[in-house]
Amino acid sequence: METISNVIGFLPALIKATPLTLLLTAVAGVFGLVIGTLAALARLSGRRVLSVPAYVFTFAFRGTPLLVQIYLIYYGLGQVLPGTWVRHSFLWPYLRDGLWYAIFALSLNQASYNAEVIGGAIKAVPRGQIEAAKSIGMRSSMILRRITLPQAFRSCLPVLTGDLIILLKTTSLASTITILEVMGTARMLQRQSLLIFEPLIAAGIIYFTVVFILTRVMHVIEKRLTRYRTAWA
Amino acid sequence: MAATALSVKNIHKSFGSVEVLKGVSFEANSGDVISLIGSSGSGKSTLLRCINYLETPDEGEISVSGEVVRTVKGKDGKFVAADKRQLEHIRTRLGMVFQGFNLWSHKTILENIIEGPIHVLGMARKDAIGEAELLMEKVGITPKRDHYPNQLSGGQQQRAAIARALAMKPEVMLFDEPTSALDPELVNEVLLVIKKLAEEGRTMVMVTHEMSLARDISSEVIFLHKGLVEERGAPSKVMRDPQSSRLRQFLQMA
Repeated sequence: METISNVIGFLPALIKATPLTLLLTAVAGVFGLVIGTLAALARLSGRRVLSVPAYVFTFAFRGTPLLVQIYLIYYGLGQVLPGTWVRHSFLWPYLRDGLWYAIFALSLNQASYNAEVIGGAIKAVPRGQIEAAKSIGMRSSMILRRITLPQAFRSCLPVLTGDLIILLKTTSLASTITILEVMGTARMLQRQSLLIFEPLIAAGIIYFTVVFILTRVMHVIEKRLTRYRTAWA
Repeated sequence: MAATALSVKNIHKSFGSVEVLKGVSFEANSGDVISLIGSSGSGKSTLLRCINYLETPDEGEISVSGEVVRTVKGKDGKFVAADKRQLEHIRTRLGMVFQGFNLWSHKTILENIIEGPIHVLGMARKDAIGEAELLMEKVGITPKRDHYPNQLSGGQQQRAAIARALAMKPEVMLFDEPTSALDPELVNEVLLVIKKLAEEGRTMVMVTHEMSLARDISSEVIFLHKGLVEERGAPSKVMRDPQSSRLRQFLQMA
């Protein structure tokens, strides 16, 4: 009984930390999508100056643990940057905060996974539909914007959603570089209360609830955007 | 004398070591209907795709109402379009209908038809919709206006694809085996639309296996064999009294 009341007692502090978890997810999710799309296009561009770096990028970030990337970026850049002009620029007050390093690492990591998924989806857009767009005189940038990408995103949306939910839970790793999002707050509560399990259980409840809501929301969006594949007259 | 709407001069095209087209020429005056016939592998579809540069001819010249598609020699010695913008503009003047319809599957039928007029020609949305409605009426798919392509039968999709091509107000329509992917009972509805266009005096070039269609609406039939024109002429002549033994054989098989 005491356990339950303890868990409930921790919830308000964790709920307060939830916006930061959501912020990390949203920002890394958006950057991940944008960078991932660019990386996918670079890989498919057929120009080696673009495709080789994009390949190396996705390979490296998918092939190493995110925790290693977070540490390398946080401690590595933390070592390098103070010796450069950045130390004296207006950016410095921000760059002392672990949040930016976490966003940076999470975005690149997410981008590498998204690049793979989006690249596959772009390749799967039927060639004939692209020829039809060419045949009415569309220029290639417009074909990309209006035909290829809209279809590619729709077809890989379920996978992107899954990756977004994984990202939400992965943001807990940001707690390792001093960020007080949900997991970081749970660890702080552990230290303050000397209770091991209750803060973790409370954190689990928060993550579960957010994932549940996110899943429902994405489900509605998915259904709307993929009507063309399922709807019948 | 009618003006030359389309001129195709000395088109050569190879895929790897296979020479598919070995120098084919023809002209279409305004209002002509030209049927390209021949067995598979004769190069007829490749020839049609060379007209709007979905395949880039290795050699030769295409011109639409006198405007020549400008080309330059690429790095590999083959010709490529010199000016993308010019090519894109010429493509707006050539409507293409594909064997596999190729409607954009994430857009409704109406959206498919107004896409080009709005985003390529810069037409106002209201005007584009107004014209699209007339075209849907004409090809008989008005009830399907807000449906997605995969909700339609093949025949309906092909008629929608014809409307999409017509929406660009092309000077020449290109048909690439428009009924070959259709179930037999759906062929007729598409043929009727094509015949209607011919009667309106549209300039058309079509690759077809429908010999009765070629006979009924063509002003000229061109029989291709192994990348060359084997025989050509008015359908009444070419199809009733073929001179070449290959054409005679082909017509017996068809």
